[in-house]
Amino acid sequence: MNNNYGFGQIIMTLILAMCLKIVPLPDMFALVNPDWVLLTLIYWALAIPDRVGIFHAWTFGLLTDVLTGRLIGQYALAYSLVIYLCLSLHRRLRQFPFVQQALFIFFCLLLSQLLLFFIKNIHSTAELKPTFWLPVLVGTLCWPLVYTVLRFVRLAKSIK
Amino acid sequence: MVSIALLTTEHVSLHLDPLRTALSLVVDPIRYLVDLPSETAGRINYSIRSYSSLRDENKGLRETQLANQIRLLKYEALEKENIRLRALLENSYKLGEQVLIAELLSVNITPPYENIVVANKGTRFGVHPQQAVVDTNGIVGQVLRALPNSSEIMLITDPNHAIPVQVNRNGLLTIAVGTGELNRLKLPFLPDNADIRPGDLLITSGLGGTFPQGYPVAVVDAFDLPAGKQVTATPKAALDRNRELMIVWSNTKPITLSPDPLQSPEPKPEPAKTPAPLVIKDNANEQ
Repeated sequence: MNNNYGFGQIIMTLILAMCLKIVPLPDMFALVNPDWVLLTLIYWALAIPDRVGIFHAWTFGLLTDVLTGRLIGQYALAYSLVIYLCLSLHRRLRQFPFVQQALFIFFCLLLSQLLLFFIKNIHSTAELKPTFWLPVLVGTLCWPLVYTVLRFVRLAKSIK
Repeated sequence: MVSIALLTTEHVSLHLDPLRTALSLVVDPIRYLVDLPSETAGRINYSIRSYSSLRDENKGLRETQLANQIRLLKYEALEKENIRLRALLENSYKLGEQVLIAELLSVNITPPYENIVVANKGTRFGVHPQQAVVDTNGIVGQVLRALPNSSEIMLITDPNHAIPVQVNRNGLLTIAVGTGELNRLKLPFLPDNADIRPGDLLITSGLGGTFPQGYPVAVVDAFDLPAGKQVTATPKAALDRNRELMIVWSNTKPITLSPDPLQSPEPKPEPAKTPAPLVIKDNANEQ
């Protein structure tokens, strides 16, 4: 059991997250739909930092770029930066209580959202609206959910 | 880092298109997967409809078909007349369009204030960027990016989209810009004394070359003149309701009319048919 790499499970959860990212929702929910792919990546980076790292983040960022029809490389850049932060802090983060962890997640999501906004602003004008904050806030609120579900997956498949 | 390099490369050039195409082969199944539930729902809904409702629908469709056929008869005569008149004026005649029916995938790839949708036909069917997309009521948008199995379509209401239009009543030229709301366009470039009234139909002017000329785009909303505010318009196409779209191939090469103008449009539609295998209809454009 010790060398259960769980490669398939990790990929499956990430693909599921990508589905959630583009699922059609009524306007109100579409405004608050958080970045599921990033949340999933953060979880795996904190749980098994030796296997899920910047390479995963970059690859899935690239796929997300194509999936959402963005300039190639912007999600890749944002995700790899955030995952780099997570990797360098993962020992401390694991000791944190839930609230503190959620705060960290909040800043991670904010960083990625800001980067995406800057990049968008460079190639076409973008408006900074109050709704900018909603996915970040909702993403933070969803973190316990993501954490529990993915932890369940990880323990059920005993991925170490 | 590599991503910054990628970003700048794609920002300035088109060299990354093969990469995007390759990656889209991985990602497209996800789009279709997300679309699956609503498509199945539609299919089930279709297969359990009762016999009588189908019969009624069939009857209604037959009637509209008949009416359309008769209108087409007249249209053909008018078209010939138009060609003759243009020959008298020694003008050139632009031959028409072909359409490919595509269906929207119910996926939501952008934040709500950007209006980009995904359709299920891509470069395999010959779709290419900057093609006009219409539905039965009017212009929907243009193809932003064509991938092998799907294509991304920017709607005319996207804030980054502008479409050259013409007031049908008097030929006044202007540009309609998207607002981000699915039911609103704005006309920011009108002089104060422009002859435009609420209820005017805006059609594509054909300037710029992306959109073929003469398709309805929007109807001008009621506005207050002294307020000096921007004039807005409501798109004709049912942007938030339609699932079926038509992607238009316009034949931009004008035919110079020979002394025998009636002969020239006849042989043209045949060679034009080859690029799109799934062409279901081709009709000549007005003017």
